[in-house]
Amino acid sequence: MRNLFLLAAAVPILFYGVAAPAWAGDPIPSPARQSELDYMLRQDCGSCHGMTFKGGLGSPLLPEQLEGKSEDALADVVLDGIPGTPMPPWRSLLTQPEARWMIARLRRGLDQ
Amino acid sequence: MIAKLLYSGLLASLIAGTAFAGEPRGTNDMGIVVERAIGKVLVVETTRRTVLGEVEGLGDLSHAAAVFSRDGRYAYVFGRDGGLSKVDILTNTLVKRVMQAGNSIGGSISQDGTLIAVQNYEPGGVKIFDAVTLDQLADIPATYGEGGARSKVVGLADAPGKRFVWTLYEAGEIWVADLADPKNPQVRKFKNAGRQPYDGLITPDGRWYIAGLFGEDGLALLDMWNPDKGVQRILDGYGKGDPALPVFKMPHLRGWGFADGKMFLPAIGRHEVLVVDVRTWKEVGRVPVKGQPVFVMPRPDGRQVWVNFALPDNGFMQVIDVPSLSVQKTLEPGPGVLHFEFTPRGETVWVSVRDKDAVKIYDTGTLDEVSQFKADKPSGILFTARANKIGL
Repeated sequence: MRNLFLLAAAVPILFYGVAAPAWAGDPIPSPARQSELDYMLRQDCGSCHGMTFKGGLGSPLLPEQLEGKSEDALADVVLDGIPGTPMPPWRSLLTQPEARWMIARLRRGLDQ
Repeated sequence: MIAKLLYSGLLASLIAGTAFAGEPRGTNDMGIVVERAIGKVLVVETTRRTVLGEVEGLGDLSHAAAVFSRDGRYAYVFGRDGGLSKVDILTNTLVKRVMQAGNSIGGSISQDGTLIAVQNYEPGGVKIFDAVTLDQLADIPATYGEGGARSKVVGLADAPGKRFVWTLYEAGEIWVADLADPKNPQVRKFKNAGRQPYDGLITPDGRWYIAGLFGEDGLALLDMWNPDKGVQRILDGYGKGDPALPVFKMPHLRGWGFADGKMFLPAIGRHEVLVVDVRTWKEVGRVPVKGQPVFVMPRPDGRQVWVNFALPDNGFMQVIDVPSLSVQKTLEPGPGVLHFEFTPRGETVWVSVRDKDAVKIYDTGTLDEVSQFKADKPSGILFTARANKIGL
């Protein structure tokens, strides 16, 4: 009984400590999913925001535009959209950790 | 001496000619395919369905559009980065390229072929260029309201009489410019056209300009024969009562056309194609389809209407049978079907399949795929037949 308890406690520590140091609590998308997300970012988000993210009908999404904004707030924008504008809610296609991964990707800059 | 100079000039032009040409040919079965991610276009011909050449160095083509000169020799390609490129499709060369804005979305050619108009997001407005030299002739900033703010420009189209029509996204205005004197455009502004007009088109007869509205259920209609009547609202409240579904890609309105006295257009936030009687501008039907429609385009004879979709259904296309107003067949060329173009008389349709790096060609009679070729992330497919059509 006691051993089981210890084991249960150790699993999340290992998981957070090793797998996701930067975003505590988020599972990192698998490498295959990451490459899908990267593609989606450039091609589908790029339809409105520009493939180089300099903007289009949607706002520019370059690192300087995202600076100082919280990752949670930006992830909410992705997942819930902006009512009254063409920015749609992506929740049916993306999970919260996936949205955060995409925002981190944008913050690094597309060519990094 | 003069004779010698003339001779060497003649020789040079002969060499230049033979380097590309071979047999002289017409361009009426030619066109371009935009490779959006690598700033390149493929020059294609639809008779043998082959790629004849390619032209590089066109910049950011992530939202690329093109128009053709009236002789069908030059493609004017409008890049997202504000680049305006003139491409010679007979020699596969970039004749000239000018950077005319920071962020651009498309353009048009005047009825007489002498002027190129470009619509810009940043700085918001329209610029007019000489079609031969690409020299700028006029700049028409899309300023609105009291503070002099500039609006993004969408839905630019050419209209008969050396005019262009466009829509201001933030301002909700439609502007009609007369360019009889290209350096001194006469602009008429129609305010309160509707909220968030996202694209526009002019009907193939040049009479009706229609702007799609994202911010409200309805469309803005301007009768170019009776502009004093102002902008009317049509299909008001077409989606009332139903919660709108997410729109993962904005529909495109160019390419709408008439079929059987009706117009077929994409609903916004609804998985439907709307059918409108063009005499009354009233809705006469809806066709349920697989997803959010992006392009809804009739085959040139109007017997079928083809539709592609936004995510997550962008792998599919559907063919609507016009007499029965029902889906005749669902095809799956994708994922990533971005655009399609009919050959001028409609016996085939060419489909760009971005995520398969391919252009697929379908027989519109059998609805079978008959050919395909490789293209890097293809988006727009544009054939020279556009040169002879109002509004394209």
